[in-house]
Amino acid sequence: MERKLLLEHIGVEGINTHDVYRKNGGYSAVEKALKTMSPDDVVEEVKKSGLRGRGGAGFPTGMKWSFIAKPEGVPRHFLCNADESEPGTFKDRYLMEKIPHLLIEGMILSSYALGCNQSYIYIRGEYMYVLQILEKAIAEAYANGWLGKNIKGSGFDLDLAVSTGAGAYICGEETALIESLEGKRGNPRIKPPFPAVKGLWDRPTVVNNVETIAAVVPIVNEGGDAYAQIGIGRSTGTKLISASGNVNKPGVYEITMGITVEEFIYSDKYLGGMKNGKKLKACVPGGSSVPILPHYLVCKTAAGEDRLMSYESLSDGGFATGSMLGSGGFIVYDEDQCIVRNTWNFSRFYHHESCGQCSPCREGTGWMEKVLHRLEYGHGKMEDIDLLWDIQRKIEGNTICPLGDAAAWPVAAAIRHFREEFEWHVKEPKLCMTKNYGLITEKTFETVKG
Amino acid sequence: MSQDNIQFPEPLLQEVARQIAKFPEGKQKSALLSVLHLAQAHFGYLSEPVMDYVARLLHILPIEVYEVATFYSMYDTKPAGKVKLEVCRTGPCMIEGAEKIVSYIENKLGIKDSETTADGIFTLKTVECLGACGYAPMLQAGEKFHEHLTEAKVDELIEQYRKNPVANYLGLENHGA
Repeated sequence: MERKLLLEHIGVEGINTHDVYRKNGGYSAVEKALKTMSPDDVVEEVKKSGLRGRGGAGFPTGMKWSFIAKPEGVPRHFLCNADESEPGTFKDRYLMEKIPHLLIEGMILSSYALGCNQSYIYIRGEYMYVLQILEKAIAEAYANGWLGKNIKGSGFDLDLAVSTGAGAYICGEETALIESLEGKRGNPRIKPPFPAVKGLWDRPTVVNNVETIAAVVPIVNEGGDAYAQIGIGRSTGTKLISASGNVNKPGVYEITMGITVEEFIYSDKYLGGMKNGKKLKACVPGGSSVPILPHYLVCKTAAGEDRLMSYESLSDGGFATGSMLGSGGFIVYDEDQCIVRNTWNFSRFYHHESCGQCSPCREGTGWMEKVLHRLEYGHGKMEDIDLLWDIQRKIEGNTICPLGDAAAWPVAAAIRHFREEFEWHVKEPKLCMTKNYGLITEKTFETVKG
Repeated sequence: MSQDNIQFPEPLLQEVARQIAKFPEGKQKSALLSVLHLAQAHFGYLSEPVMDYVARLLHILPIEVYEVATFYSMYDTKPAGKVKLEVCRTGPCMIEGAEKIVSYIENKLGIKDSETTADGIFTLKTVECLGACGYAPMLQAGEKFHEHLTEAKVDELIEQYRKNPVANYLGLENHGA
């Protein structure tokens, strides 16, 4: 059954204001929690819900919450990661812009559950107009007694403020976000200690993504068990998907986990099929860092089963024939797109965004960009393809934070599935400047290198 | 810009105080990124004297400001045009024609990426993903997102900003350097 848990009221006129949000059932979860639930009850419902982090990693939220240290007399902090910067992802902006009080309500619930009295939303600097929307909504929430001292007579105090980044993808990594919120460069920290023990100002801290926090609202309203009934297997609930690329209806969609990828791409309810009647060439289902899938692995897994929009199904086959749900940044490529160019573009992104702390990432991302550039512009050699493979392999797993992996995976997947297109660029250096390779042929997995 | 001219007017000093008040006592450095945005919007760019002023406002060392100002891509440590046209160049925008939009702007304004027009109005900058992938191609001017760009839309935008070269930022008017 189709359920909208986050965007149900998105079409209601004025839903961005407190009064309309309230009329449509807003803040009832806060009322319920403060009146009838202990903080641990809220944590318990979130655990039961099976909610997993919506920022990309998919880590169980309830478990992450249970790690927070509670030393006597030390304040704890709850932070919202609104640094949405993964190419292909724009769902958090949509949610914050259209229905800011949902995030605020989720922040109150989560802060109550974790015993935090001072919480922050860290938003990327480029979303400055969204920051203003949030600040307005926060002021309304204070004015209506949902924030501040002794919220609705419960004895629970919460102050909530928004702080800003200034253009750095790396600040979406939670320890870089914390550094940035302390007014420093966004260099990720070495873990352990994890933020749950030493986070913001060395105090116990939990960082969650915007969508994850918003999902706590329906979980508290309807109960963790009811939430867990929605979706499929360990992919419970609904997920916001940001769809872009060569499709008829790009945009933000709230889907029930477990619908088929085929339905998502081709039905009129969702993306409405490929633009201009072109053929599907490839798809990046979870933001730029997840492995790209060739057309024959998008709607079906290597085992021939329907590919579903869920954590498990999208990663079915591992990196050999699968990918990841990631942040839900769903990028669709038609037959006219060049995989080498796209891979070069993504490598340039990661090179630009590397913080420079770890040599494999700082040097490797730039090196990959350079090699991909010469391949794309017809100056590549056959050895360059193996060289790229070698560089990405030496970045992956060898850096402080996952940006190194995020830079390596798209390159590895492109070579794994589209090697013949890379080779064509070397063999046809002139032709590749005027023409695109088109669709690749389907191959059996055994012949795929790597 | 000489050292003496560097002073926020009263309303901005109040805004600085509001930013600092978001954080516990002694943690005022956390307001640094916000205050740098304010400084850039007001003074046009983050010159060394401006950064030193910010350091004094927050009671931190100048080096703490320099290292932040040079890390984040939104800060300009050199003069820029009054209106920055920041065109997203990353994957989803590229496949929807961002490169053509960049060339079109380059030809129309006679500048290349990261250059400023002779009249000091426009700076063209290609930037990484701005989170508008479904509405590509797009550019940001000040805090405003302009999506589903076409050449005709770019013409309109340039016309509009040429007449009124003000890109609002934090609700402030950016008067350029």
